[in-house]
Amino acid sequence: MMTFLVRRLAIILPTLVFVSFIIFGLQQLLPGDPALAMAGEERDPDAIAHIRKTLRLDEPIAMRYAYWMAGVVQGDLGISLRIQKPVGELVLQKLPVTLQLAAMAMLVALLIGIPMGMLSAVKNGSAWDYGANVIALWGLSTPNFWLGIMMILLFSVELGWLPASGYVPPAEGLGANLAAMVMPAFVLGNAIAAVMMRHTRSAMLQVLSSDYVRTARAKGLYERAVIGKHAWRNASIPVITLGALEFGQLLSGAVLTEQVFSIPGFGKLIVDAVFNRDYAVVQGVVLCTASAYILLNFLADIAYMLVNPRLRS
Amino acid sequence: MSAASETALTAAPAVDSPARRAFKRLIRRKGAVVGGIVVILFVAIALLAPWIAPFDPAATDWSAVRKAPSARHWFGTDEIGRDVLARVIWGARASLMAGVISVAIAMAIGLPIGLLAGYRGGFLDGLLMRMTDAMLACPFLILAIALAAFLGPSLTNAMIAIGISATPIFIRLSRGQVQAVKVEDFVEAARAVGNPHWRIALSHVLPNVVPPLMVQATLTTAAAIIAEASLSFLGLGQQPPAPSWGSMLNVAKNFLGQAPWMAVWPGLAIFLVVLSFNLLGDGLRDALDPRHRD
Repeated sequence: MMTFLVRRLAIILPTLVFVSFIIFGLQQLLPGDPALAMAGEERDPDAIAHIRKTLRLDEPIAMRYAYWMAGVVQGDLGISLRIQKPVGELVLQKLPVTLQLAAMAMLVALLIGIPMGMLSAVKNGSAWDYGANVIALWGLSTPNFWLGIMMILLFSVELGWLPASGYVPPAEGLGANLAAMVMPAFVLGNAIAAVMMRHTRSAMLQVLSSDYVRTARAKGLYERAVIGKHAWRNASIPVITLGALEFGQLLSGAVLTEQVFSIPGFGKLIVDAVFNRDYAVVQGVVLCTASAYILLNFLADIAYMLVNPRLRS
Repeated sequence: MSAASETALTAAPAVDSPARRAFKRLIRRKGAVVGGIVVILFVAIALLAPWIAPFDPAATDWSAVRKAPSARHWFGTDEIGRDVLARVIWGARASLMAGVISVAIAMAIGLPIGLLAGYRGGFLDGLLMRMTDAMLACPFLILAIALAAFLGPSLTNAMIAIGISATPIFIRLSRGQVQAVKVEDFVEAARAVGNPHWRIALSHVLPNVVPPLMVQATLTTAAAIIAEASLSFLGLGQQPPAPSWGSMLNVAKNFLGQAPWMAVWPGLAIFLVVLSFNLLGDGLRDALDPRHRD
């Protein structure tokens, strides 16, 4: 176990260094003088000089990277040029909104994907299996921003049941908060549910054909006990760990979902930053999501080791 | 030659090539056939857009602003009187072009790197894989948004951004395939007879890693079409007034109460083309991967 952890950490560190290269390298893609690009259309000489000084653009690229990295490891992701606030503070401010959306979306994905995958595997080759596969394919092929628009059209414009956009913090009213978040959570969870369904089906099919399940059936256990107690326990291991890996997909989806439903989260922060040429914020958001993804990958590996006794030994 | 041996020769069953056998398995799958037909249909629509579009996609008509679908405008008109059907037809060009070119970029970068990493192994493999892991750690769309933001908003830059973001999948896949193929007997034999490394890699290993890459390319095309629509929806892809399904949806969301048709058709087009690529990709995987065969 210890050797495994050390080996995994030895892989994570160079990966993080390369992530930092990629994110720092993004700035080099700006055509022409970065200070001019960031200053926008105003081209105020003082603003340009300020940007040049803040980003140390007159220094060699290796030195700029070293300064940037030194800031990052101390939690300093830079200053937002537009809002004049530390990027780390902005990220922390928006993170709870996106985390709530992501958690609710994951709940939707688990509640739809796992039962559907189990049903599809247990009734393999039946109409249920066919139907579940069609629903999964539908989930994988529907762009979530279009699904969001269609749901607004139905539930907000036509039926008037749910608010079309906006966000209410839970402290200001849990009912209003849930009403505002239920559609975005469904939209975001929909595609993950399809992935979950496919993973669950595949894991269950593998387990259902194993000897110990056959033994459980042979000794006369009820089918419900065979599936719930014996088959699902083993099939759930890869499904749960794969769920953690879907985090990246959730964050990508959150960008569009938050845009459609005007939710002031992480995704909206990066889109607004893109249009305001607030590149420090863009870099900060990408760095945070990539680091979180690497950390979750690591935790998923540990969880996989902990729940699977064969790997532990 | 005796009559008996002639009969034996003519009666011998013709042996199909692996590609032909895979094609036969593919066309036995109804989903893949339907997906393939719809993809071909969309390609035809994109190619024939100048001839089949009923109106100029950029032509405004202030007397026909936000008109519901009718005999004149089958899909209705948008907020400045442009024909939605014409824009959906022309939008197919941007979407399919983005799908195909992004995947071509991803394969053109990913395949040589994967081939090199898998074939050489050792330190170079470790280095290239850590770089690939770093790219995979950045969520696909977020990396594409960041790249498109720094490169500047345009369809070309969106395609480059999507292509670069999709590259690590192809590096990983081709490297894994190369690692499996390079220890096969026929590669050992090629090495034993003194072939140089470049010839073994290109003539013996490469042809055997292509089938899974084709499957991945089909499925990634679907993802790239959604990504292009997403970037255009956010204003980072195709720029107005050029038609794109994503940018049409971006405008349509502001007129849901007054003109819902503006949102229905472009979204349906994205859904149909992505579904078709997914069906085709699933069918190809089943036809090419022995583990998925019935």
